[in-house]
Amino acid sequence: MSVQRILRERFCHQRLPDRPVGLESQYKHLLELLRRTAVHGESNSVLIVGPRGAGKTMLLRCALRELLELQEVKQNVLQVHLSGLLQTDDRIALKEITRQLHLENVVGDKVFGSFAENLVFLLEALKRGDKSSSRPVFFILEEFDLFAHHKNQTLLYNLLDVSQSAQAPVAVVGLTCRLDVLELLEKRVKSRFSHRQIHLLSCMSFCQYLDAFRSELALPDDFPDSKFSQEWNLNVSELCEEKSVQEILQKHFNSCKDFRSLHLLLLLALTRVSVSNPTLRAVDILEASRMSSADSKANILHGLSVLELCLIIAMKHLNDIYEGEPFNFQMVHNEFKKFIQRKSHSIHNFEKPVVIKAFEHLLQLELIRPVDGGVCKVQREYQLMRLMLDHTQVMEALQRYPQCPTDVKQWAISAFG
Amino acid sequence: MELRTTNICMKNFKSRLPDVTFYSRESEAACGPRGSVVGFSGSVSEKMLSGLHYPGCPEARLRSLREKLPCREVQAGTLLAIMGEPEQYCYPSIFIYGHRATGKSHVILTLLKELELPHAAVSCVECVSAGLLFEQTLLALFGADSAALLPRLPSLSDFVRVYRQVCAQQPAKQTRYIVLERAELLRDMEANLLPGLLRLQELVDDNVAVILLSEIVWDKFRPNTGCFEPLLLHFPDYTKAELLQILSLDSNPSYTPELYSSYINILLGVFYSVCRDLRELRHLAALNFSKFCEPLEKGEAKEGNTHKLWRNIEPHLKRAMQTVYLREVSSVQWGQQQMDEKEATALRGLSALAHVELPYYSKFLLIAAYLASYNPARTDRRFFVKHHGKMKKTSFLKKHEKTSNHLLGPKPFPLDRLLAIFYSVVDSRVAPTASVFSQISSLVTLQLLTQVGHDDQLDTPKYKCAVSLDFILAISRTVSFDIVRYLYDFI
Repeated sequence: MSVQRILRERFCHQRLPDRPVGLESQYKHLLELLRRTAVHGESNSVLIVGPRGAGKTMLLRCALRELLELQEVKQNVLQVHLSGLLQTDDRIALKEITRQLHLENVVGDKVFGSFAENLVFLLEALKRGDKSSSRPVFFILEEFDLFAHHKNQTLLYNLLDVSQSAQAPVAVVGLTCRLDVLELLEKRVKSRFSHRQIHLLSCMSFCQYLDAFRSELALPDDFPDSKFSQEWNLNVSELCEEKSVQEILQKHFNSCKDFRSLHLLLLLALTRVSVSNPTLRAVDILEASRMSSADSKANILHGLSVLELCLIIAMKHLNDIYEGEPFNFQMVHNEFKKFIQRKSHSIHNFEKPVVIKAFEHLLQLELIRPVDGGVCKVQREYQLMRLMLDHTQVMEALQRYPQCPTDVKQWAISAFG
Repeated sequence: MELRTTNICMKNFKSRLPDVTFYSRESEAACGPRGSVVGFSGSVSEKMLSGLHYPGCPEARLRSLREKLPCREVQAGTLLAIMGEPEQYCYPSIFIYGHRATGKSHVILTLLKELELPHAAVSCVECVSAGLLFEQTLLALFGADSAALLPRLPSLSDFVRVYRQVCAQQPAKQTRYIVLERAELLRDMEANLLPGLLRLQELVDDNVAVILLSEIVWDKFRPNTGCFEPLLLHFPDYTKAELLQILSLDSNPSYTPELYSSYINILLGVFYSVCRDLRELRHLAALNFSKFCEPLEKGEAKEGNTHKLWRNIEPHLKRAMQTVYLREVSSVQWGQQQMDEKEATALRGLSALAHVELPYYSKFLLIAAYLASYNPARTDRRFFVKHHGKMKKTSFLKKHEKTSNHLLGPKPFPLDRLLAIFYSVVDSRVAPTASVFSQISSLVTLQLLTQVGHDDQLDTPKYKCAVSLDFILAISRTVSFDIVRYLYDFI
């Protein structure tokens, strides 16, 4: 279905909207900055800071898209895209810059004394024919904070140095999710940075969120089947009015406002739309919400065997009695044995090795963790562990556990032993 | 691995699955309130809609898919819906979690193979370094030539570069899938690998989706500064009824399916409260079926006589829990033991140290070491000195259970204390010769004692006793020494 195709491109492939929503002032600021570098030859540096999913990359790409509509910009400007995740070393970064500027042949087999020499050489090579001015270059650094962890921060130092000196018009744009990114920079790097930051801290209200929901689901005007798209858009508007849908969206808005989580929710709802079921209904949104906010640990606890569940309850009791001090297997086994002897009718008295195997399964699931990271000098039965679940999670899991024996439940609820 | 018995038992099964509508209702009844946790509640018609349908796929293929994925229809349907049509984009990363043997790899790989979608299946256990992961992925997606383009010791940057290069020549007409099993091991590799793979679609600008399979929840994967959150999908554990259904598919054709079902019922009755892992249960079922059928073959009982068959097999299964289930004994040994039929011979497990024969003085050294580890030093006088007088009552008050040394573990003791206790415990006079000291070293080699502290502390080495109470009781019985009388915790 082509509606799936269009919407999936929007949700999964992060297709750029026509204009960034709710970020007008930041967009204007960024566009102006980049235009000054591209057209007027001014060097600039800026950091775009915002939490994950706030729209930093989207903002930058929209700005670049608009700028590249100008003919002179398209012909002159070069772009170098670096990512902190990929270029983990300054050497690798330099090779990538060389590659993206298509200067491998020019560099050839030259050996450079330092990073700075290399970079200056590359920028010299970009000078246009009349040798008076060099082509403007945009350096875009995604995951900027990871570059700050390189040795001596050479790449950052040199790029920002070039942007301060009048050698060539460069724009250094960094995108990062850390608000304290300036603390990570060395003094000499920080002083060369222009301290221009664009913050994308979302201050959407719930009404704007609802509008975003509606516009993200709306089909564009150039959709081939106009009757279908009208019906679809009408359906979406009706959905926005429904109280149940609004409640769900309020819940999501309260926990996470950004577009990425909205896209995830909408994609899950979209998967329930098919040829036999061509409209989106409130129950689809409800299902999608439930799927996206399921508690993973509760799901895992649901699948444990009864013996493993008893061990977890024993650990919970130990935590309650000794206020969270670490325990070892012998203590847990002791509690379990007390339960078997005094209160249990349905649980068989399992041999110690069988109980150890169940304990080790819990260790593999990382529901319990050794305190000192697993130093092996201690016998495994005496190694101190901590439970990675808290009281309420255990009790909730117990409520949902299928066919839980009553004596186990009673033991869990009882205060002592 | 012995457990991968996928091919062995699936030889002769016939498709006895009921048709879709009936099955959906049955599974909903079996699911019960659990449906709310997973998020698949709703009327029967809802379930049918979320069942398997895939546009452009012939009905026969869908039917064969359903047969290959028993009890996993709902999950397969959700996955297919998320994957969407091949030409459309899929969500960049999907994280599938669930207990082991809940069918995660099986479902996703069967779907990808049957629907002939381009994919690369890599197990992170095999990838000691990230380079192996990249090589295998490129090999599966683009062929050997592209894998050869990777430099030695490739980084994620090289991988993305080569991928972009090859992809420019072969643009994606269909979504490419990269399936990574045991994804929890990615956390221990380079720090940029996991966040990079989660956003691979964006980095290479291609229609690719990364699917991570793991039994550990996503909360433990998240890097410190966050990352691109994948779509989380849970594969719930099988209910008892579903386990029965799946295990019954392995039935031997020479017996009726009802007999096999009753056998599986008995097996689940013994093992279900301990273990719900499908692979373990299949392994146990395969090993013990011949023993179950023994009375039938000998003519002692008929198929309907379930009580007699149960009486025959139940102690056998209980013994299996202590040996084969714990891997104390290999399945070959187990099979041989069944054929020999010597009930009297106890099976020698791997960790049963009872077959270690120690010399006389070594036994006493071990007993002395146990007493030194588990008795506090101040009580030595009371236990081992002949005329100690009365010990004050206060120090013998019932201690808080937690401080019992048997719960906290053995304490280290110096060599002198060990020898002092040894000389008082051994009834005959022993000269402190080198042979006694060398026996201590051999006990350390046998790992019955552990040496604590540095190797260069030659004058006062410290040791700890590393045996369990049951073992030391057995040893002291052989030398007729009543150790319980000397243990502080059992006063």
